[in-house]
Amino acid sequence: METITTDIAIVGAGGAGLRAAIAVAEADPSLSIALISKVYPMRSHTVAAEGGAAGVIKSDDKIEYHFHDTVAGGDWLTDQDAVEVFVNTIPKELTRLEHWGCPWSREASGKVAVRPFGGMKVMRTWFAADKTGFHILHTLFQTSIKYPSIKRFDEYYSTDLMVENGRCTGVTAIEMRTGIMKLFNAKAVIICSGGGGKVFPFSTNGSIKTGDGMAMAYRAGVPLKDMEFVQYHPTGLPITGILLTEGCRGEGAYLVNKDGYRYLQDYDLGKPEPTPRLKSMELGPRDRLSQCFWQEQRKGRTIKTPHGDMVHLDLRHLGEKKLNERLPMVLDLCRSYIGVDPVTQLVPIRPVVHYMMGGIHTDINAATPIKGLYAAGECACVSINGANRLGSNSLGELLVFGAIAGRNAVEYIKGEGRDLNAAGTTKLAADAKARVDAIFTKTSGTESVSGLRKEMNTTLEDGAGIYRTEAELKVACDKIDGIRARYSQVSVKDKSSVFNTDLIYTLELGSMLDVAQTIAHGALQRKESRGSHQRLDYPKRDDVNFLKHTMTHYTGGATPRIDYLDVKITTSQPAERIYGRDE
Amino acid sequence: MSNDRTITLEVMRYRPETDAAPSFQSYVVPYVEEWVVLDALNYVKDNLDTTVSYRWSCHMAVCGSCGMMIDGEPKLSCKAFLRDYGSKIRVEPLSHFPIERDLVVVIDDFIEKFTRIRPYIIAQSEKPVSEGEYLQTPAQLHKYKQFTLCINCLLCYAACPQYAHNPEFVGPAALSMAHRYNLDSRDSGRDLRQEVSASHEGVWECSFVGACSDVCPKHVDPAAAIQQTKIASTMDYYKALLPGGK
Ligand SMILES: Cc1cc2nc3c(=O)[nH]c(=O)nc-3n(C[C@H](O)[C@H](O)[C@H](O)COP(=O)(O)OP(=O)(O)OC[C@H]3O[C@@H](n4cnc5c(N)ncnc54)[C@H](O)[C@@H]3O)c2cc1C
Ligand code: SF4
Ligand code: FES
Repeated sequence: METITTDIAIVGAGGAGLRAAIAVAEADPSLSIALISKVYPMRSHTVAAEGGAAGVIKSDDKIEYHFHDTVAGGDWLTDQDAVEVFVNTIPKELTRLEHWGCPWSREASGKVAVRPFGGMKVMRTWFAADKTGFHILHTLFQTSIKYPSIKRFDEYYSTDLMVENGRCTGVTAIEMRTGIMKLFNAKAVIICSGGGGKVFPFSTNGSIKTGDGMAMAYRAGVPLKDMEFVQYHPTGLPITGILLTEGCRGEGAYLVNKDGYRYLQDYDLGKPEPTPRLKSMELGPRDRLSQCFWQEQRKGRTIKTPHGDMVHLDLRHLGEKKLNERLPMVLDLCRSYIGVDPVTQLVPIRPVVHYMMGGIHTDINAATPIKGLYAAGECACVSINGANRLGSNSLGELLVFGAIAGRNAVEYIKGEGRDLNAAGTTKLAADAKARVDAIFTKTSGTESVSGLRKEMNTTLEDGAGIYRTEAELKVACDKIDGIRARYSQVSVKDKSSVFNTDLIYTLELGSMLDVAQTIAHGALQRKESRGSHQRLDYPKRDDVNFLKHTMTHYTGGATPRIDYLDVKITTSQPAERIYGRDE
Repeated sequence: MSNDRTITLEVMRYRPETDAAPSFQSYVVPYVEEWVVLDALNYVKDNLDTTVSYRWSCHMAVCGSCGMMIDGEPKLSCKAFLRDYGSKIRVEPLSHFPIERDLVVVIDDFIEKFTRIRPYIIAQSEKPVSEGEYLQTPAQLHKYKQFTLCINCLLCYAACPQYAHNPEFVGPAALSMAHRYNLDSRDSGRDLRQEVSASHEGVWECSFVGACSDVCPKHVDPAAAIQQTKIASTMDYYKALLPGGK
């Protein structure tokens, strides 16, 4: 097998992967970096982020406030040592992006402007109009071009991690242009492969968000942490699930039911006021707002449409000028995809699967339990998001922990990981190739990729949605286990080597099924309600038994093994989450 | 699905290992009012023929991967609604690029040119992060903002007669990006970028047809960027003739 020898291999060239690559290049320009991505960097889904990135910069704000908002927002399932690192580092990271050319929106004075975001006590979300992720990604990609040591492998699909004696020695990837599998023999590997929202049918995630890196790490022996915590964003457009940023509500948009009533006032989220009040009503946290939709639906107060039940987002009172200036993409998305003009019309919306709080288990150094293997960004769970991520904390997370992963990988390969270990790697790579070849060459399959994907999608939506129960979760687990077993009956029709998306979709389905299984089983075992995980049969948070991270382990068998890890608490003891009234 | 109406999607197919030349394959797909051409392609992929290959991800016109010729015009397939076309829609790979496979084109040439124009801030001296942000007024931001909006979808290259004629032409998106950085108050790299922008294959190759700006889904207006670069380069020329000019 063709082998590419490199100091550090990075899987994923979204925000986290690019930030990690630049960190390595800056730490030591003599190190070789292989930046592997299944799409060109600027196609990565960071591009879709709209609203902004939170970081303390203004004089009315304090690092402790951001800490507290994040910990309480995560319903105390966050690891507080990680949150401390995060809130302390993010302002510097955002400033660094400014120096790299990110076109942040500005105040008249020329200083960076901030906007309010859900669950944040003070305005602290930096934004570049409503295309923040787009600008962050392009700034990082363009800046990365400056560093000659970053060698890109665009449109390479990674399949397996090479792990020998508890140490990671590389990764295999298929060059999509030729169909040839190659081995990247590396002293350290950083996974930055993004989330896996495509396991659900209705999602804001792009087609590439299939949880590949999570599944790769999981199969290699790293536990996936807190996978049952799936964030629904309260405002997705019907049909496509395209997101309307929380920035809409930050600017002052209302959520109203079929009677034009601002229904959030009925759910202990504060009183309706004409202009936005921080941490209140429409600026409550996402988990609570999505749950309110479900409650309204049960009360028959949502709007029936051919595309399911909806409520309305009302932006009309903000006026055309402000909308053009602050939310231009939102206007365009509504006008073109659903033919509604937010300047004059109410916009139908509903909750949509958006983000995975869980992921590859790492410590605050972005290190996994496997030596030389790091993870950062949405694929990872360093646990700053706990049971519910606050909007605008994720873009920050991928910068902070992407950079940390890069720097720590460099430290590692200068010390303990100095020697490139290649002895058994060739054999491991051959095994990986044999696995993929078996899928590729199989001729008589009885199952189709799209068929199984659809079944998986509906199973999770039905059984592991906004509200969950024991009975429904049991059904979901059984079904997903069954679909996972049937996956071996899929065959790839397309037998050509060049840009074979039939093969890629098949491999992605394999990743998604592993991820789906950890979500369903994690949710079944967690007999409490916390943040985004709401059990109708266990409606209360249970700090005695479940102030713990769910750790899902791959067993090679039909179902995963689950155990628990204590949450790290430094200064904030679990308390009631309060929105819309004084704390 | 709303009714039994269908449309025919004529998809250009090309598999380099087995096909001597590209050919068209037709698929009958349901007509759904809200669908874009990408949805129709996904219907084909999921239900009729798993072997069709094309790039896509975001389905919201921001990742720039789904550009293709639709009825002869370069479009983002995730933003081209079936309702704006007839009962037969022809989809082909983007013009002026080599076909890699089916609707997937080879974009190495663009990546190389984009890299060559140095699309990053070149600062005179590096200010430490601890000293905070550079000040940039909304007016200064406004000067270059529009040229930051490029999603690298390459529709402009597929529309450009000059790029068809001379593949050495640096092209609309790369030249606009050079202009974007030149206009940024934080940047001092213009002289370096001019080596590419003001070269023979740079802005002077453009005959100002404006097709790039017509097809650009993000209103970047690359033609304006090129025109402004030309004017600025001409100024450089006259400035250099003045006593004390560089
Ligand atoms: C619509 C939308 C709006 C959002 N808005 C905000 C916001 O306003 N603020 C905020 O903080 N967060 C927001 N988020 C969340 C945030 O954007 C994401 O969590 C974050 O961008 C993820 O970045 P990443 O670098 O981890 O992954 P991605 O950007 O998804 O990148 C993943 C990378 O991994 C690569 N990859 C994956 N699998 C493989 C494989 N098998 N082989 C090779 N490469 C692979 C991909 O090619 C890609 O380069 C939003 C999310 C969405 C979907
Ligand atoms: S300038 Fe416009 S058409 Fe050209 S690549 Fe950029 S966004 Fe696409
Ligand atoms: S799929 Fe991203 S631009 Fe069309």
